[in-house]
Amino acid sequence: MTAIVLHPLALIAELTHRCPLHCVYCSNPLELMARRFELSTEEWTRVLGEAGKAGILQVDFTGGEPLARPDLVELVQAGRASGLYVNLITSGMPLDERRLADLVKAGLDHFQLSFQSLHEDDASEISGTRALEQKRQVVAWVRAHRVALTLNFVIHRQNLEQLEEMIAFGEESGAGRMEFAHVQYYGWAFANRERLLPTREQVERSITVLQQAEARLRGKVRVEYVVPDYYAKYPKACMGGWGRKLMLITPSGDVLPCHAAQVIPGLRFGNVKDQALQEIWDSSDAFQKFRGEAWMREPCQTCDRRAQDFGGCRCQAFLLAGDAAVTDPVCTLTPQRAIVDEIIAATNAATPAAIVTKPDWLYRANPS
Amino acid sequence: MNLELRARPRLAAGCRLNEPNQGSRMLLMPERALRLNGPSLEIVERCDGAHTIQQIIIELQKIYSKAEPERVEKDILGYLTLLQEQRALDFAIEDTPGKS
Repeated sequence: MTAIVLHPLALIAELTHRCPLHCVYCSNPLELMARRFELSTEEWTRVLGEAGKAGILQVDFTGGEPLARPDLVELVQAGRASGLYVNLITSGMPLDERRLADLVKAGLDHFQLSFQSLHEDDASEISGTRALEQKRQVVAWVRAHRVALTLNFVIHRQNLEQLEEMIAFGEESGAGRMEFAHVQYYGWAFANRERLLPTREQVERSITVLQQAEARLRGKVRVEYVVPDYYAKYPKACMGGWGRKLMLITPSGDVLPCHAAQVIPGLRFGNVKDQALQEIWDSSDAFQKFRGEAWMREPCQTCDRRAQDFGGCRCQAFLLAGDAAVTDPVCTLTPQRAIVDEIIAATNAATPAAIVTKPDWLYRANPS
Repeated sequence: MNLELRARPRLAAGCRLNEPNQGSRMLLMPERALRLNGPSLEIVERCDGAHTIQQIIIELQKIYSKAEPERVEKDILGYLTLLQEQRALDFAIEDTPGKS
């Protein structure tokens, strides 16, 4: 246990696991929560009030698809009334212009729309549904309502060749921000990793293209991206460090230090139905477990980078090395890097024919 | 980047100040927040689509009259450039204040 008490900056509110899309890289857990277990409007309203009092600045309403909640307008209002900056992270699917106008009137600050691809067939293959036409329509509505817009492109082996097209579309769209998110390998994406992990050549090309776009569009559009960590030399500072900046609430009210934390065996999570948010942040087992440096072993324990990357990602350590308390295996300073090297060697050895073969996806399910 | 002194900056869609009763003043924007100190708050509060950059400079030179006026101007232009790179500002170059 450590005595460090940090101040949470943002709250990720997974309002529901229900979603009209079935993306093969969904960040939700493999075991999805049914609607009957979701927190009520009153419970979320109380929690948002507690978040404002705890000094949290921003809330991300996400899911699943947050628009699947009929009370979303009320929740946006509750977020603003609690002093929070309200982000909506959405597929844009169950939306019409009238509902968008209601959300804006309720105080929605920022609209983040995800894209799978700008080619209907590719987008449908990834999301298991036809969504592209609606997304284009949503861009036009958002633009008309003068709401801050981020376009989020999830990028991977199957669509990295379309990067220039995505950038051009983003430039035309009126978005103030474009986010190029390499798939992160947890949950559904971990199950589909073989078909999603890009080649080294693809990754290197993507970095060059994105760096150029970032420089060219500076002052006009914020272009943000991260290097996919399997190809990085050091791990990412996952969530800005465990229990340092962010917390996530699941549809049923469990409070997690990150999206995937439920994969780690033995972690006990506080629930907002039983405990105050601040108390869960300060002292729950799950937040204390990997907060600070006391849990670290070598090479992290004496590493100069430990205050920069905090040992990397605990969930990735568990998924790849079977132990959540070891250094993230993407780190080139740990012998366990061999696990990652083996994975990327297999990816890069694949013949071009194997890449173009139609993949056998595991589609994200939908809870009842 | 070149800023025109007659341009009227205003906060871009999705950028706003937090409430005054929330402790330190912050400029909130998509997935980001900037903490504002005295001068930066004075600048941001004047990014209202009504003040030109020139007017912001003149007003801050009065408030910070002990500082070198050239230094105040340079700092303001530097800070506005930073905000623009964060995509936090829109600029209108028109005669009618407040329109864009």
